[in-house]
Amino acid sequence: MIEQIITSGKHNIGIDPVLSIWPWEVPADLFLAGLVSGLLIISTFLTLIGKRHDYPIAVKKAPIFAPFLLLIALFFLFLDLSHKMYFWQLYTNIRWTSPMSWGAWTYLFLTPLTFIWAAIHLKTAYPNWKWPYEWMENTIEYLKQYRTGLAWAILGLSLTLSMYTGILLSAFNARPIWNSAILGPLFLTSGLTSATAFILLNCPKGSNEKKLFCTVSLISLGVQTFLIIHLIMGYLSSDLAQVKAADLFLGGEFTTSFWIMIVALGTLIPAYLHVLYLKKIKVPVIIPSILILTGGFFLRYILVEAGQISHW
Amino acid sequence: MRYAMAIDTKKCVGCSDCVVACQVENNVPIGHCRDWVVEATSGTYPDLSLEIRSERCNHCTNAPCVRCCPTEASHIVDGGIVVVDHDECIGCKACITSCPYDARFVHPEGYVDKCTFCIHRVEKGENPACVSVCPTKCMYFGDTDDPNSEISQLLRKRKWKTLIPEAGTEPNIYYLT
Amino acid sequence: MIEEVIVSGRSNPEIDPYLHVWGWEIPFYLFIGGLVAGILFFSAVYTIRGKQDDYPTAVKFAPMFTPLLLALGLSALLLDLSHKLYFWQLYTNIRWESPMSWGAWTLMIIYPLAIVWSALWIKDVFPKWDWKFKWLEDWIEIIRQYQKYMAWALMVLSIVLGMYTGILLSAFNARPFWNTAILGPLFLTSGLSAGAALIMLLSKKEGEKRLFARIDLMLIGTELFLIIHLFMGFLAGTNVHIEAARLFLGGEFTNSFWIFVVFGGLIFPAILELLELRKIKIPHYISAILVLFGSLALRFIVVDAGQASRWLY
Repeated sequence: MIEQIITSGKHNIGIDPVLSIWPWEVPADLFLAGLVSGLLIISTFLTLIGKRHDYPIAVKKAPIFAPFLLLIALFFLFLDLSHKMYFWQLYTNIRWTSPMSWGAWTYLFLTPLTFIWAAIHLKTAYPNWKWPYEWMENTIEYLKQYRTGLAWAILGLSLTLSMYTGILLSAFNARPIWNSAILGPLFLTSGLTSATAFILLNCPKGSNEKKLFCTVSLISLGVQTFLIIHLIMGYLSSDLAQVKAADLFLGGEFTTSFWIMIVALGTLIPAYLHVLYLKKIKVPVIIPSILILTGGFFLRYILVEAGQISHW
Repeated sequence: MRYAMAIDTKKCVGCSDCVVACQVENNVPIGHCRDWVVEATSGTYPDLSLEIRSERCNHCTNAPCVRCCPTEASHIVDGGIVVVDHDECIGCKACITSCPYDARFVHPEGYVDKCTFCIHRVEKGENPACVSVCPTKCMYFGDTDDPNSEISQLLRKRKWKTLIPEAGTEPNIYYLT
Repeated sequence: MIEEVIVSGRSNPEIDPYLHVWGWEIPFYLFIGGLVAGILFFSAVYTIRGKQDDYPTAVKFAPMFTPLLLALGLSALLLDLSHKLYFWQLYTNIRWESPMSWGAWTLMIIYPLAIVWSALWIKDVFPKWDWKFKWLEDWIEIIRQYQKYMAWALMVLSIVLGMYTGILLSAFNARPFWNTAILGPLFLTSGLSAGAALIMLLSKKEGEKRLFARIDLMLIGTELFLIIHLFMGFLAGTNVHIEAARLFLGGEFTNSFWIFVVFGGLIFPAILELLELRKIKIPHYISAILVLFGSLALRFIVVDAGQASRWLY
């Protein structure tokens, strides 16, 4: 038995007694980034396989929200910085070993592209929309020629962004809860699930699109459950620090919130409701969708919190 | 009851008597061994320091080999000794791969074998062969649950370490440093 | 700097100097497990979706191979056991903490199911087939009523089987290279991809071939994505994990892994499949065989590398 205490009175704010330097801003940013990249992945993927006109909500309408959600995410990220006036230093360096750095660069390239992507779809989603200036109209018409190229670029960047939301945490071995290779795929899947929920919220009743996205959402929830199982199994079969850390979810502080908010309310119940819907039992789609979106946020929130508490 | 072993790295000279004693006592097949001696050199020449350790199965409290055994052949008996039941072992070798100390091997007869803390001697109140033969008396065997045992007193008095504690195995071989 | 050497001359066979207790049998068995999981998964899924007649190879023909493949895989497993005559002890115990145990039980359940499943389709594939005994025929007709339930059971069990092939290795923290949560999903994906490749190889219908080429392409993408995460995970892990990853980044397994698995087994067949989908004439079997070979090589290299990675000395 070894007991170690700090005797000189270390009380650094946010560090002692347990790390809490990333409260809600970072999880909110990770959630929104996951959601946006999910929306963009779906929209560009369907465009690239030539199903652009079959799924108007997913391809055309949903991405219109993307740039605004992305701006909110960036704003949250900015709020989190403690030395705010120096944020531009992010863009004077490219550091491949720092996920913060490549996340920042991905944001930088992706944000303008999402505006363009939203703009070229605005008229198809809202036929009455009028651009105030002629040159705007012309530029957008011009950009439409490059739709495929744009789609490829956005698909690549949004996959990177989505992965980044997990890697940002898993790149540190100092926090055992975060140090799992499964976090990247898990956050990517969760981002896609959130995106399907968001699309479902916008789908008209009984459309084919709604049915398709119900199925997609169901599959993605299944993959998510599968990855959560692996996450927990991974902790339990890893080194001592991670086995101890997993206790936070298995009897410890986050047990209830993790299993109820993320697993039950965020994954299993919406999956069950989707099954009911696909079996033609009337379920207002808003219920599973809201559950998935809240679950998606809580997944980030709880993992960010638990990660900061877990230690060597 | 919690059997454990403490080995004084300051007294060990690395003579390998423990290895030979084990082979004789347990009739370990030729070419195999249940214990071995490690020389760890640290530092930069010419400032080197040497630590000699006699190593064997750590009879872990949280033994990965017991957890991964599909047949319960590897199990923990009274006193915390990890043993392999030869008639239940199918030789799948999962336990060998699960052991971070590489303490197990396949016996030529097929089952998996390893140090037993000389359980047949311990049951009679004797020390394991390696301990009783050690010429520098650097090895101690006893019950760490009993606060008055020699080993418990040593572990209170001396500084010690275990091997790869970060693997979470809770080993029961202590090295006095 | 610490240098540790064993001075008492430990040379336990298969343990020293490098652990090598699992030779070719285990990786082969894991490959077969993954392949069978892939075949049964696709067969079950397309049965549930009612596409039996659209994708006859995937649903009806490919599963016919699974009993044989499983027999091969299990024989390899039996060959690996060093105390062979006691193998039945596997089935006198159920131990949830031991992946070896739940793998053995999953196989025990999946094997008869695979046989029955093949029997259900045999008349569709070989119209002239005759069941010789009336009672057999009757039995099969009775089981046929429960086909949908069976398909669901097979779908779940095949995922468990595919996962198990990875978990068997990742459940040990003693071997740093295996000790990553990504191994389960990676081996499952690789197994599904091998299943899709075999279906492509067997199929005679153009539409079916194209569908499975597309599925395979997505699975290959996922696999590459997981492999990237595997290495990022190791490099962000503890020191022993970083050392383990070095086996692949300049170390002993660098060439074999990047050439046979990543390039030959994933990227090159993916390019071929993309070209095929763009209607450029390339025989399907080239990419299918490459994928199968890559999947086998992945198991071999991971099993070997895991045994070469360690904590001590």
